[in-house]
Amino acid sequence: MQPREQLRQALTLDGAPALIAFITAGYPRPERFLQVLREVGAAADAVEIGVPFTDPMADGVTVQRASRTALQNGVSLSWIFSQLAARDFELSAPILLMSYLNPLFAFGFRRLAERAVETGVSGFIVPDLPFEECMPLKTELDAQGLALVQLVTPATPAERLRKLCAVSEGFVYAVTRTGITGGAESLPEDLADYLAAVKRASRLPVCAGFGVREPEQVRLIAEHADGVIVGSALLEALEAGQPPGEFLAALRP
Amino acid sequence: MTTMNHEALFQALLDGKLPDAEGRFGPFGGRYVPETLMPAINRLTEGVYRHLADDKFQRRLHEELTGWVGRPTALAKAPRLSKRWGVEVWLKREDLAHTGAHKINNTIGQALLAQALGATRVVAETGAGQHGVAAAAACARVGLPCTVYMGEVDIARQAPNVDRIVRLGAKVVPVTSGDRTLRAAINEAMRDWVADPDDTYYLLGSAVGPHPYPYLVRELQAVIGREAREQLMAHSGLPDAAFACVGGGSNAIGLFHGFLADRQVKLFGVEAGGRGQALGDHSATLAAGRPGILHGAHSMLLYDDDGQIQETHTIAAGLDYPGVGPEHSLLQLVGRVEYVTASDTEALDALEECCSLEGILPALESAHALAGAKRWAKANPDTRILIGISGRGDKDMPILDQYSASTSDVDGGTANAAA
Ligand SMILES: Cc1ncc(COP(=O)(O)O)c(C=O)c1O
Repeated sequence: MQPREQLRQALTLDGAPALIAFITAGYPRPERFLQVLREVGAAADAVEIGVPFTDPMADGVTVQRASRTALQNGVSLSWIFSQLAARDFELSAPILLMSYLNPLFAFGFRRLAERAVETGVSGFIVPDLPFEECMPLKTELDAQGLALVQLVTPATPAERLRKLCAVSEGFVYAVTRTGITGGAESLPEDLADYLAAVKRASRLPVCAGFGVREPEQVRLIAEHADGVIVGSALLEALEAGQPPGEFLAALRP
Repeated sequence: MTTMNHEALFQALLDGKLPDAEGRFGPFGGRYVPETLMPAINRLTEGVYRHLADDKFQRRLHEELTGWVGRPTALAKAPRLSKRWGVEVWLKREDLAHTGAHKINNTIGQALLAQALGATRVVAETGAGQHGVAAAAACARVGLPCTVYMGEVDIARQAPNVDRIVRLGAKVVPVTSGDRTLRAAINEAMRDWVADPDDTYYLLGSAVGPHPYPYLVRELQAVIGREAREQLMAHSGLPDAAFACVGGGSNAIGLFHGFLADRQVKLFGVEAGGRGQALGDHSATLAAGRPGILHGAHSMLLYDDDGQIQETHTIAAGLDYPGVGPEHSLLQLVGRVEYVTASDTEALDALEECCSLEGILPALESAHALAGAKRWAKANPDTRILIGISGRGDKDMPILDQYSASTSDVDGGTANAAA
């Protein structure tokens, strides 16, 4: 089965919402990366591993802080691949890499796709790569059966929404509000209508996130989407020394 | 486009066909922004092309450029510099424009555009503070509230401009993330824009960023080269070479566009060589970088083998940026413009010379153009050269005082007396 098909299936659950957990690679400490990954992978249905970048323009303070610390500790895309290659455990939860474009571009798209397959990565989320610019990367990922997950937002017009849903692979990432990651604001009032529109446009599971931190928010989103994505709040739990498995379990409705 | 040969690409540029519909200058450019911004970018692109082609908009802009900015700016012959350097030196005086730099050409145009597009607030980034001042002034002029993001490092080294921005009614938000200079300020301004793409207008200060900004800023700055060419033709004819400093590249692209078709005019972009050639010691993006993606565009960029953007160094805050506008990357690729560097010390020396010989205190950024020109003049005596003085140096007084204090042998009168 193609990696991206595995990703789709892992997020297609009967009844219960899927949980996608985001961690910044090697945060808080690089030597604990595989341990954190293992715990998070056991508690979530898919794991997004954030590749740290010097200029995370779409991220709020928590991911910025995690990114900066990881970079200071020597975390890089090559390091992440070598760690993934060296792990001695299997995860049932598929792994995605979330990265700004330049680290991927510097690595080389063809080599990236090959290395991803070798190390058990199912797909990519690239926040500064809109559909218009994605073909050079997508072509290489397609060749290896890897997903390039498209993001949609409440600002996405209807026709564009249909197009993005049609070309996405694995799942559709529905950003719950305009803005950057993190933040503590409540969910937008028109969330239900927005997610219903994305669901109608998509043949894939729809997973929603940005600023999710409470079980109540997970429950609300799950009423209208197939899955929920949690990032900044998980990083903050890790910073506070809370076991990630415990934090994620408490989020599930 | 990418498969076109260099001559065909350059011809396409001359014919006004670049950027193309995808916002590309050959292999460079594009729109690498979060999906949240794409609808806003598409609306902006449509608005830019519509308004720039509209006579009413252009008339309004022209009124502001003449009555408020003070255009045309003077083209000054520099007799004592000419004598010293052994060439005929002409200075395009953007330092005489309202608020003291070329930045105002761009901000008044974009402020009018923001107003026409129905924005309710404006955000901007600034490095040297010149764009911040110009954005604040233009927003006051059209009646839009303005928030300026400025790195902590720049707030400290360009203090006079921070006060001016506030005095002109804008809000300054100190940026404490990243490298705390221009690059971090752009990240923060973009984060602000992402939060409210419908009502916020992002007034970008250089010919960088996602399409349509490199095009929009170039069109608004092209007035520099248009005027300079006309003024030179009325005096002495085309120059043999023209020089402009390159940070993001807005004053340079504006100056160069007046002369692109005059192939006998050699064009030089002068980047900040800083204190050395190691990564992190300079901001020489075109001289030392490679293609990459930052702040919405594919262009030349300074980054390491992991794709991480490099910190830069230069005494000129306005040049302290690891990227460059995509059109410059194309002009370098096709060989129409040569990009060279000037070090901190060369820039400071050129600034002193311009002060003492011509009575003009140029911005430290502009001093790089002077330094690049000076080096070329030595090797090419009896030529005629044009130098873009992108701004005035009042903002740099704190840095210059520091520099004078740290060099014991500086005597302001020496150069004057000797010349
Ligand atoms: C006086 C002056 N010149 C040049 C620059 C560099 O910008 P650009 O390369 O866009 O002209 C700046 C930027 O702040 C400036 O203030």
